[in-house]
Amino acid sequence: MSILVNKNTRVVVQGITGKEGSFHATQCKAYGTQVVAGVTPGKAGQEVEGIPVFNTVRDAVKKSQCDTSLIFVPPPFCADAILEAADAGVKLIICITEGIPVNDMVKVKRALRGKDVRLIGPNCPGVITVDEAKIGIMPGFIHKKGIVGVVSRSGTLTYEAVHQLSTLGLGETTCVGIGGDPVNGTGFVDVLALFEKDPETQAIVMIGEIGGDAEEKAAEFIKKNVTKPVVSFIAGITAPPGRRMGHAGAIISGGKGTAAEKMKTLEAAGVRVVKNPAEIGNAVKQALGR
Amino acid sequence: MNVHEFQAKQLFAQFGVPVPRGKEITSPEAGASWAAELNTPVFVVKAQIHAGGRGKAGGVKITKDKAAVPGLVKELIGKTLITHQTGPKGREVRRLLVEEGAGIAKELYVSLLVDRDSGWPVFIASTEGGMEIEEVAAHTPEKIIREAIDPAVGFQGYNGRNVAFALGLPAMEPAVVTPFIQMLGNLYRLFMDKNAAMVEINPLVITSDKKLIALDGKVSFDANGLFRHPDVQQMRDLNEEDPLEIEAGKSELNYVKLDGNIGCMVNGAGLAMATMDVIKLAGSEPANFLDVGGGATKETVAAGFRILLKDPNVKGIFINIFGGIVRCERIAHGVIEAAKEVKITVPLVVRLQGTNADEGRKLLAESGLKLEVANDLWEAAQKIVKLTGKAA
Repeated sequence: MSILVNKNTRVVVQGITGKEGSFHATQCKAYGTQVVAGVTPGKAGQEVEGIPVFNTVRDAVKKSQCDTSLIFVPPPFCADAILEAADAGVKLIICITEGIPVNDMVKVKRALRGKDVRLIGPNCPGVITVDEAKIGIMPGFIHKKGIVGVVSRSGTLTYEAVHQLSTLGLGETTCVGIGGDPVNGTGFVDVLALFEKDPETQAIVMIGEIGGDAEEKAAEFIKKNVTKPVVSFIAGITAPPGRRMGHAGAIISGGKGTAAEKMKTLEAAGVRVVKNPAEIGNAVKQALGR
Repeated sequence: MNVHEFQAKQLFAQFGVPVPRGKEITSPEAGASWAAELNTPVFVVKAQIHAGGRGKAGGVKITKDKAAVPGLVKELIGKTLITHQTGPKGREVRRLLVEEGAGIAKELYVSLLVDRDSGWPVFIASTEGGMEIEEVAAHTPEKIIREAIDPAVGFQGYNGRNVAFALGLPAMEPAVVTPFIQMLGNLYRLFMDKNAAMVEINPLVITSDKKLIALDGKVSFDANGLFRHPDVQQMRDLNEEDPLEIEAGKSELNYVKLDGNIGCMVNGAGLAMATMDVIKLAGSEPANFLDVGGGATKETVAAGFRILLKDPNVKGIFINIFGGIVRCERIAHGVIEAAKEVKITVPLVVRLQGTNADEGRKLLAESGLKLEVANDLWEAAQKIVKLTGKAA
């Protein structure tokens, strides 16, 4: 078991003929992911590393029975690409693209409401179920099959945590990047619920950062619904208010969304909060009594 | 991206939101001729800087005497204003807004932004205009009115009525109810059409002659949406930004200047923040946030070095790279090449982890450069703090 994706997941890569798209489609395929189709309008008939390219997601779904989309389309056209995937009947949409206008995501999120489709991201590294499917841009080799579920708003900081878990021999089940944008698809709460239900996942690492109240919402959910140990790190204790720290969503505004406040709320919900990001792995080990 | 009040008001006017007649002024002469043209009982001269609290800092002058306007312009231009938002150094005033004054009967507050949780745009309104909205929210939360707008259909009349009645506008001044509802619709249009991140009117005034007018205005824009709006891009005022941040932007580096003295260079925003945090935990303070991005190259590393070394506070540099798709030996080559081009005069600690980290560390160790290499994040942070001394 695992969550969201596994060895049976059939992936279409939107924007597959671009530099990023072709590189990562190849990498995902090499990891063992079933990358069964690509989409670039006007380039049907071409192939990328043996992956057939279609003009539309609708065609890709019909011909390849793909159920999951991985998106590398540039920001101005990305809202369109997400909506196209949803309309074509793809059930899971993983959007890597960074820089989508917030108001585009406002419309996309509204349009997906009530539909049988899940969006991960945008502005995220993607999802990996170790040794089964890598659907994103994370380096596959740092992962090791194991017992910890990881959910994060960040990319490289997640790799840091994964590296610690792998080195300590704990390993991971599935790692989910939910993205650094202010308006995104799946949030912490949805992923926490999935990890809680997953029999293979024995502990959860949640990596948050300044801005918004996703961590506070997660704390409330954990308190009521999560029985597995949760270890958390919140980036940005040194970040000044009112400044965007790289991610569009990482900003303390009106005194709200500080790391200190998030840490306090999570601790009150029974989460083990580490102040030192180098201690994430050890904290999980302790939580599991190993 | 932020814009000045006079620019926000130009946009308001463009979208049918009522504003006082006013003009951007940069010289006493221009002030004199505009005052003559404006011909109003009360003149308001307002310093234009990207920071709040201008009034308390002496940046807003009011006069009934047309002839006094050029003198006030002369007084304010070139003056450094220190407000609670500028920091202790303050901000130099380079431009002013000279506009007609208004007879104020009542001050309200209105703003619009995206609620991150629901992903819907939300109006925030209050009868407590002219105050800091955070203060109102903290002390009298019942005076904050929120109205979410369904982005599928956009602003509807009922949204406006909900806000107007909740504020008690009909009892306050029935003549402004319809204009108020129209104005909210216009603000929503401005917000969506121009990819704004926030629109705020504080205060929104009901005048003694029963008119509605935006006495102040603030608009900030979503940087990701700017590519659609060349007109908004032109409103950018580089004088209001940190020179090092402007330079970093040109090299497509994500840089935010801070006050500590350990410069850091990291790939990825989350890891960059975590690196700052770990520096503090080790006993010092970060000089900056710098994300060189997922595809760090020799050129980006060199540009990063140049920016870090231009900050006179930087007493040491910490490079923290987690190689994923980016291979560590490439980064090591980048550091070595960049260090040859840019003379590095302060201690340097490089932490490499991930793809080909061993190879990268070996290259650095054998480069002959004066630097320390580390594997682990905490070890690296302690090293750089030891080399530069703890923060006072």
